[in-house]
Amino acid sequence: MFGKKKGRRSAEIPSSSLADIAFLLLVFFLVVTTIDVDTGIGLVLPPPPDDTEPPPPIRERNLLKILVNSQGLVLINERPTAITDVRQRVADFVDNANRANDENLSVSPQTAIVSIKTDRQTPYDIYINMLDEVRGAYAELRDAASMAQFGMNYERYRNSVPSTSDDQIRQQYPMNVSLAEPDPGTQ
Amino acid sequence: MSKFKKKNATTKQEVPTTAMPDIVFMLLIFFMVTTVLREVTLQVRVELTRAENIEKIEQKRLVSYIYIGPRIMGNNLFGETRVQIDDALIEDLGFIRRIMYDKLLEQPRLIVSLRVDRDSEMGMISDVQQELREAGTLQINYSTRRLQ
Repeated sequence: MFGKKKGRRSAEIPSSSLADIAFLLLVFFLVVTTIDVDTGIGLVLPPPPDDTEPPPPIRERNLLKILVNSQGLVLINERPTAITDVRQRVADFVDNANRANDENLSVSPQTAIVSIKTDRQTPYDIYINMLDEVRGAYAELRDAASMAQFGMNYERYRNSVPSTSDDQIRQQYPMNVSLAEPDPGTQ
Repeated sequence: MSKFKKKNATTKQEVPTTAMPDIVFMLLIFFMVTTVLREVTLQVRVELTRAENIEKIEQKRLVSYIYIGPRIMGNNLFGETRVQIDDALIEDLGFIRRIMYDKLLEQPRLIVSLRVDRDSEMGMISDVQQELREAGTLQINYSTRRLQ
Protein backbone atom coordinates (compact mmCIF):
# COMPACT_ATOMS: atom_id res chain seq x y z
CA MET A 1 0.00 0.00 0.00
CA PHE A 2 2.63 2.47 0.98
CA GLY A 3 5.00 1.41 -1.70
CA LYS A 4 7.51 3.79 -3.10
CA LYS A 5 6.40 5.94 -5.93
CA LYS A 6 7.32 4.46 -9.20
CA GLY A 7 8.73 6.41 -12.06
CA ARG A 8 10.85 8.64 -9.91
CA ARG A 9 14.18 9.24 -11.60
CA SER A 10 17.26 8.49 -9.60
CA ALA A 11 19.00 11.72 -8.64
CA GLU A 12 22.53 10.41 -9.04
CA ILE A 13 24.78 11.22 -11.95
CA PRO A 14 26.13 8.01 -13.41
CA SER A 15 29.71 7.91 -12.28
CA SER A 16 30.85 4.62 -13.72
CA SER A 17 32.54 6.33 -16.65
CA LEU A 18 34.34 8.80 -14.44
CA ALA A 19 37.38 6.56 -14.26
CA ASP A 20 37.46 6.28 -18.05
CA ILE A 21 37.42 10.03 -18.48
CA ALA A 22 40.13 10.46 -15.89
CA PHE A 23 42.24 7.82 -17.59
CA LEU A 24 41.86 9.52 -20.91
CA LEU A 25 43.05 12.82 -19.50
CA LEU A 26 45.84 11.07 -17.63
CA VAL A 27 47.13 9.43 -20.78
CA PHE A 28 47.02 12.75 -22.61
CA PHE A 29 49.11 14.50 -19.98
CA LEU A 30 51.46 11.53 -19.70
CA VAL A 31 52.22 11.77 -23.39
CA VAL A 32 52.55 15.54 -23.44
CA THR A 33 54.74 15.91 -20.36
CA THR A 34 58.46 16.32 -20.78
CA ILE A 35 60.34 16.30 -17.52
CA ASP A 36 63.76 17.06 -18.88
CA VAL A 37 65.77 19.67 -17.04
CA ASP A 38 68.03 21.94 -18.95
CA THR A 39 71.70 21.20 -18.38
CA GLY A 40 74.63 23.30 -19.37
CA ILE A 41 77.56 25.49 -18.48
CA GLY A 42 76.57 28.51 -16.45
CA LEU A 43 78.45 31.77 -16.75
CA VAL A 44 78.04 35.36 -15.66
CA LEU A 45 78.68 37.96 -18.30
CA PRO A 46 80.62 41.07 -17.31
CA PRO A 47 78.48 44.20 -17.06
CA PRO A 48 78.60 46.51 -20.08
CA PRO A 49 81.82 48.52 -20.31
CA ASP A 50 81.72 51.80 -18.50
CA ASP A 51 83.66 54.63 -20.11
CA THR A 52 83.80 56.78 -17.00
CA GLU A 53 85.27 54.13 -14.77
CA PRO A 54 88.35 52.21 -15.87
CA PRO A 55 88.48 48.51 -14.99
CA PRO A 56 90.26 47.69 -11.73
CA PRO A 57 93.95 46.93 -12.14
CA ILE A 58 94.84 43.24 -12.11
CA ARG A 59 98.32 41.98 -11.57
CA GLU A 60 99.69 40.18 -14.57
CA ARG A 61 100.50 37.01 -12.64
CA ASN A 62 96.89 36.64 -11.45
CA LEU A 63 95.57 36.48 -14.97
CA LEU A 64 95.57 33.37 -17.13
CA LYS A 65 94.74 34.35 -20.69
CA ILE A 66 93.16 31.66 -22.79
CA LEU A 67 92.59 32.45 -26.44
CA VAL A 68 90.78 30.13 -28.81
CA ASN A 69 91.71 31.36 -32.26
CA SER A 70 89.94 31.08 -35.58
CA GLN A 71 91.61 27.77 -36.41
CA GLY A 72 90.35 26.30 -33.16
CA LEU A 73 93.78 26.37 -31.55
CA VAL A 74 93.93 26.97 -27.83
CA LEU A 75 96.60 29.44 -26.74
CA ILE A 76 97.39 29.92 -23.08
CA ASN A 77 99.37 33.12 -22.49
CA GLU A 78 100.08 33.22 -26.23
CA ARG A 79 101.55 29.70 -26.30
CA PRO A 80 99.70 26.92 -28.18
CA THR A 81 98.38 24.27 -25.83
CA ALA A 82 96.62 20.99 -26.47
CA ILE A 83 93.04 21.03 -25.25
CA THR A 84 93.74 18.00 -23.08
CA ASP A 85 96.43 19.99 -21.21
CA VAL A 86 94.13 22.90 -20.39
CA ARG A 87 92.83 21.26 -17.25
CA GLN A 88 96.29 20.71 -15.82
CA ARG A 89 97.43 24.21 -16.72
CA VAL A 90 94.40 25.83 -15.10
CA ALA A 91 94.74 23.69 -11.99
CA ASP A 92 98.44 24.57 -11.66
CA PHE A 93 97.65 28.24 -12.16
CA VAL A 94 94.75 28.48 -9.70
CA ASP A 95 96.24 26.30 -6.99
CA ASN A 96 99.73 27.77 -7.37
CA ALA A 97 99.90 28.86 -3.71
CA ASN A 98 99.60 25.22 -2.58
CA ARG A 99 101.76 23.73 -5.30
CA ALA A 100 104.85 24.99 -7.08
CA ASN A 101 104.55 28.57 -5.78
CA ASP A 102 105.76 29.81 -9.13
CA GLU A 103 106.04 33.59 -9.07
CA ASN A 104 104.60 33.87 -12.58
CA LEU A 105 101.39 32.16 -11.56
CA SER A 106 98.56 33.31 -9.30
CA VAL A 107 99.08 34.60 -5.76
CA SER A 108 96.11 32.70 -4.36
CA PRO A 109 93.06 30.85 -5.72
CA GLN A 110 90.87 33.79 -4.63
CA THR A 111 92.74 36.27 -6.80
CA ALA A 112 93.23 33.99 -9.80
CA ILE A 113 91.24 35.01 -12.85
CA VAL A 114 90.86 32.96 -15.99
CA SER A 115 90.26 35.23 -18.94
CA ILE A 116 88.76 33.73 -22.07
CA LYS A 117 88.91 35.27 -25.49
CA THR A 118 87.66 34.05 -28.83
CA ASP A 119 87.82 35.12 -32.45
CA ARG A 120 84.80 35.55 -34.66
CA GLN A 121 85.62 32.36 -36.56
CA THR A 122 86.29 30.23 -33.50
CA PRO A 123 84.29 26.98 -33.72
CA TYR A 124 81.69 26.88 -30.95
CA ASP A 125 82.27 23.26 -29.97
CA ILE A 126 85.97 23.83 -29.32
CA TYR A 127 85.08 26.84 -27.18
CA ILE A 128 82.70 24.68 -25.16
CA ASN A 129 85.28 21.89 -24.82
CA MET A 130 87.79 24.42 -23.51
CA LEU A 131 85.23 25.85 -21.06
CA ASP A 132 84.46 22.32 -19.97
CA GLU A 133 88.14 21.68 -19.23
CA VAL A 134 88.40 24.88 -17.20
CA ARG A 135 85.35 23.88 -15.17
CA GLY A 136 86.85 20.41 -14.83
CA ALA A 137 89.98 21.88 -13.28
CA TYR A 138 87.90 23.78 -10.71
CA ALA A 139 85.77 20.72 -10.03
CA GLU A 140 88.90 18.66 -9.32
CA LEU A 141 90.34 21.31 -7.01
CA ARG A 142 87.08 21.66 -5.12
CA ASP A 143 86.67 17.90 -4.84
CA ALA A 144 90.19 17.50 -3.46
CA ALA A 145 89.74 20.32 -0.93
CA SER A 146 86.37 18.97 0.15
CA MET A 147 87.79 15.46 0.60
CA ALA A 148 90.68 16.78 2.68
CA GLN A 149 88.59 19.03 4.91
CA PHE A 150 85.22 17.33 5.19
CA GLY A 151 85.84 13.78 4.01
CA MET A 152 83.24 13.87 1.27
CA ASN A 153 83.20 14.90 -2.34
CA TYR A 154 82.22 18.43 -3.24
CA GLU A 155 78.76 17.65 -4.50
CA ARG A 156 77.76 16.02 -1.22
CA TYR A 157 79.32 18.85 0.74
CA ARG A 158 77.51 21.47 -1.33
CA ASN A 159 74.20 19.74 -0.71
CA SER A 160 74.88 19.63 3.01
CA VAL A 161 75.38 23.38 3.46
CA PRO A 162 72.23 25.50 3.71
CA SER A 163 73.19 28.20 1.25
CA THR A 164 75.97 29.05 -1.17
CA SER A 165 77.25 31.79 1.14
CA ASP A 166 78.10 29.07 3.69
CA ASP A 167 79.99 27.06 1.11
CA GLN A 168 83.58 27.26 2.36
CA ILE A 169 85.02 25.33 -0.55
CA ARG A 170 83.42 27.70 -3.00
CA GLN A 171 84.95 30.63 -1.14
CA GLN A 172 88.28 28.89 -1.20
CA TYR A 173 88.14 28.25 -4.93
CA PRO A 174 85.85 30.86 -6.46
CA MET A 175 85.46 30.34 -10.17
CA ASN A 176 86.61 33.65 -11.60
CA VAL A 177 86.11 33.14 -15.29
CA SER A 178 85.80 36.32 -17.29
CA LEU A 179 85.03 36.77 -20.93
CA ALA A 180 87.35 39.27 -22.53
CA GLU A 181 85.99 42.14 -24.61
CA PRO A 182 85.75 41.02 -28.23
CA ASP A 183 87.93 42.92 -30.65
CA PRO A 184 85.90 45.50 -32.53
CA GLY A 185 85.87 45.32 -36.28
CA THR A 186 87.53 41.96 -36.86
CA GLN A 187 84.86 40.60 -39.12
CA MET B 1 18.65 -32.72 -9.77
CA SER B 2 22.25 -33.20 -10.34
CA LYS B 3 24.39 -34.58 -7.63
CA PHE B 4 27.23 -32.30 -8.42
CA LYS B 5 26.40 -28.92 -7.14
CA LYS B 6 28.48 -26.06 -8.27
CA LYS B 7 30.96 -25.15 -5.66
CA ASN B 8 30.57 -21.65 -4.38
CA ALA B 9 33.75 -19.82 -3.91
CA THR B 10 34.15 -18.81 -0.31
CA THR B 11 36.19 -15.70 -0.96
CA LYS B 12 35.44 -12.78 -3.22
CA GLN B 13 37.67 -12.63 -6.23
CA GLU B 14 37.25 -8.99 -7.10
CA VAL B 15 39.71 -6.29 -6.38
CA PRO B 16 37.93 -3.30 -4.92
CA THR B 17 37.92 -0.64 -7.61
CA THR B 18 36.06 2.12 -5.89
CA ALA B 19 39.25 3.99 -5.10
CA MET B 20 40.59 3.76 -8.62
CA PRO B 21 39.20 7.08 -9.87
CA ASP B 22 40.77 8.77 -6.88
CA ILE B 23 44.18 7.32 -7.69
CA VAL B 24 43.82 8.20 -11.33
CA PHE B 25 42.78 11.74 -10.48
CA MET B 26 45.75 12.13 -8.23
CA LEU B 27 48.13 11.07 -11.00
CA LEU B 28 46.23 13.27 -13.43
CA ILE B 29 46.62 16.33 -11.24
CA PHE B 30 50.34 15.60 -10.82
CA PHE B 31 50.92 15.48 -14.55
CA MET B 32 48.72 18.49 -15.19
CA VAL B 33 50.79 20.51 -12.77
CA THR B 34 54.16 19.40 -14.12
CA THR B 35 53.29 19.73 -17.80
CA VAL B 36 54.70 22.63 -19.74
CA LEU B 37 52.65 22.86 -22.87
CA ARG B 38 54.28 25.83 -24.49
CA GLU B 39 56.97 24.58 -26.82
CA VAL B 40 58.41 26.65 -29.57
CA THR B 41 58.69 25.45 -33.13
CA LEU B 42 62.31 25.66 -34.06
CA GLN B 43 63.17 27.50 -37.23
CA VAL B 44 66.89 26.97 -36.78
CA ARG B 45 68.79 23.73 -36.37
CA VAL B 46 70.08 23.21 -32.84
CA GLU B 47 72.25 20.19 -32.30
CA LEU B 48 73.74 20.67 -28.87
CA THR B 49 77.32 19.91 -28.02
CA ARG B 50 78.28 17.59 -25.23
CA ALA B 51 80.28 18.41 -22.13
CA GLU B 52 81.27 16.74 -18.91
CA ASN B 53 81.22 19.34 -16.14
CA ILE B 54 77.70 20.64 -16.44
CA GLU B 55 75.05 21.70 -14.00
CA LYS B 56 71.30 21.41 -13.95
CA ILE B 57 69.01 24.39 -13.88
CA GLU B 58 66.31 23.42 -11.46
CA GLN B 59 64.12 26.49 -11.72
CA LYS B 60 62.73 26.17 -15.19
CA ARG B 61 60.62 29.27 -14.72
CA LEU B 62 63.70 31.48 -14.61
CA VAL B 63 65.02 30.28 -17.94
CA SER B 64 64.55 32.00 -21.24
CA TYR B 65 65.97 30.42 -24.36
CA ILE B 66 67.83 31.86 -27.30
CA TYR B 67 68.34 29.53 -30.24
CA ILE B 68 71.27 30.05 -32.56
CA GLY B 69 71.92 27.91 -35.58
CA PRO B 70 71.58 27.57 -39.35
CA ARG B 71 68.08 28.31 -40.58
CA ILE B 72 66.04 25.30 -41.62
CA MET B 73 65.03 25.66 -45.27
CA GLY B 74 63.46 22.21 -45.70
CA ASN B 75 64.67 19.22 -47.72
CA ASN B 76 67.68 18.92 -45.43
CA LEU B 77 68.89 22.30 -46.58
CA PHE B 78 70.15 24.87 -44.15
CA GLY B 79 70.59 28.58 -44.64
CA GLU B 80 72.80 31.03 -42.86
CA THR B 81 73.12 31.22 -39.10
CA ARG B 82 70.19 32.99 -37.48
CA VAL B 83 68.97 33.78 -33.98
CA GLN B 84 65.55 32.73 -32.77
CA ILE B 85 63.83 33.91 -29.59
CA ASP B 86 60.48 32.33 -28.68
CA ASP B 87 58.78 31.81 -32.03
CA ALA B 88 60.40 34.50 -34.10
CA LEU B 89 63.63 34.81 -36.01
CA ILE B 90 65.49 37.96 -35.10
CA GLU B 91 66.01 40.25 -38.09
CA ASP B 92 68.32 42.70 -36.39
CA LEU B 93 70.52 41.66 -33.47
CA GLY B 94 69.84 45.05 -31.89
CA PHE B 95 66.28 43.87 -31.09
CA ILE B 96 67.65 41.31 -28.64
CA ARG B 97 68.44 44.09 -26.20
CA ARG B 98 64.81 45.27 -26.03
CA ILE B 99 63.36 41.78 -25.91
CA MET B 100 65.62 40.54 -23.16
CA TYR B 101 65.28 43.76 -21.18
CA ASP B 102 61.51 43.34 -21.17
CA LYS B 103 61.92 39.76 -20.02
CA LEU B 104 64.27 40.85 -17.28
CA LEU B 105 61.68 43.30 -15.96
CA GLU B 106 59.19 40.45 -15.70
CA GLN B 107 61.66 38.04 -14.12
CA PRO B 108 64.53 39.79 -12.30
CA ARG B 109 66.41 36.52 -11.76
CA LEU B 110 66.34 35.61 -15.42
CA ILE B 111 68.80 33.06 -16.75
CA VAL B 112 69.33 33.15 -20.49
CA SER B 113 70.07 29.74 -21.89
CA LEU B 114 71.88 29.79 -25.22
CA ARG B 115 71.01 26.75 -27.26
CA VAL B 116 73.61 26.89 -29.96
CA ASP B 117 74.18 24.52 -32.85
CA ARG B 118 77.52 22.78 -32.61
CA ASP B 119 78.73 23.94 -36.01
CA SER B 120 78.31 27.62 -35.20
CA GLU B 121 81.07 30.16 -35.00
CA MET B 122 81.72 32.37 -32.02
CA GLY B 123 81.17 35.64 -33.91
CA MET B 124 77.39 35.43 -33.74
CA ILE B 125 77.49 34.23 -30.15
CA SER B 126 79.67 37.07 -28.97
CA ASP B 127 77.38 39.54 -30.77
CA VAL B 128 74.43 38.07 -28.88
CA GLN B 129 76.40 38.20 -25.64
CA GLN B 130 77.16 41.87 -26.20
CA GLU B 131 73.45 42.53 -26.59
CA LEU B 132 72.71 40.57 -23.43
CA ARG B 133 75.23 42.62 -21.52
CA GLU B 134 73.56 45.82 -22.69
CA ALA B 135 70.19 44.42 -21.67
CA GLY B 136 71.55 43.57 -18.23
CA THR B 137 70.77 39.85 -18.42
CA LEU B 138 74.15 38.69 -17.21
CA GLN B 139 73.28 35.19 -16.04
CA ILE B 140 73.74 32.94 -19.05
CA ASN B 141 74.01 29.26 -19.66
CA TYR B 142 75.45 27.38 -22.62
CA SER B 143 73.07 24.50 -23.04
CA THR B 144 74.91 21.21 -23.48
CA ARG B 145 74.12 17.55 -23.11
CA ARG B 146 75.93 15.23 -20.77
CA LEU B 147 78.87 13.43 -22.24
CA GLN B 148 78.22 9.72 -22.51
